[in-house]
Amino acid sequence: MSESEDETLVTQDMIDRQGVWGGERTSPPIAESDIRKWAIATYWPEKPPAIYWDAEYAAGTKHGGIIAPSDFNPFAWPVDRPTRPAAANTGQGGRGRTGLNGGQTDTYGVPMRADDVIRSRSRLKEWNERQGRMGLMLYTFTETEWTNQNDEMVRTRISTGIRY
Amino acid sequence: MTANLFFEDMNVGDEIPSWSRKTGFMNWNRYAAVNDEFVPFHMDDEAGRAAKNEQGAFGMGNLRYAYIVNALRDWIGDEAEIREVGCQYRAINQKNDVLTVVGKVTEKKVENGENLVMLETNVTNQDGDATCPGHAIVVLPSKT
Repeated sequence: MSESEDETLVTQDMIDRQGVWGGERTSPPIAESDIRKWAIATYWPEKPPAIYWDAEYAAGTKHGGIIAPSDFNPFAWPVDRPTRPAAANTGQGGRGRTGLNGGQTDTYGVPMRADDVIRSRSRLKEWNERQGRMGLMLYTFTETEWTNQNDEMVRTRISTGIRY
Repeated sequence: MTANLFFEDMNVGDEIPSWSRKTGFMNWNRYAAVNDEFVPFHMDDEAGRAAKNEQGAFGMGNLRYAYIVNALRDWIGDEAEIREVGCQYRAINQKNDVLTVVGKVTEKKVENGENLVMLETNVTNQDGDATCPGHAIVVLPSKT
């Protein structure tokens, strides 16, 4: 292996997957109690806004009913449990095996509501490498699209993964 | 219905009301429960230290993101929309940190019939450290 090949964390699998949509998932129908609990958890210990739990109040707003917080995750608690790579969960491992959540940018469309069914797909968009404090760092950018049962855009996320 | 804010009243340099939470297991466990995020280093001090954080377990980036969303929602009210939120996780959320969401208007414009207000945002800790630089775009109602 040449020096230039050695000094990269980019894998052939990444090259093969770049730009290819995959990872399709469909959420179970969103329940009003899911929205309420999410709002309580993220506002804890304060009381969350009525738009997330009070149907009578929410009916009088521009939304016409309860909506979910923008960051609500309808894919939590799947019955079939995904297998996660061990290194990604422990934050430790060999070269290129330590993974960090670098951040994200979410663009929002229509809000999520009770009874919505959300479909998701994602693709590896691009990456770059640079030298950092921990040595060679790989930044990957993954695009994830969410649409609802009416094919309306709910959310597009560009998430940044960091490996070193 | 009443709007908290109108587009016409926004000016570049305006700051959003600060939004704070003291964070620890009471917050993290509730978030893990709704987001199905039972990652060992968020739940257990030993696992946190094994992940190279000497102080032990640490908070979720996703919860810090939720705090930004909440600060924006509380500020703009229910007659406005959050269009975009982005952030980078630059520092660890340690146990008992007091996280405060801050933000400032950087631009306002009308685009495709929407009244857009752009902001720079951050989440600071009790020492004033900026842990999560980012940006947001909200859509505000007009008085006309």
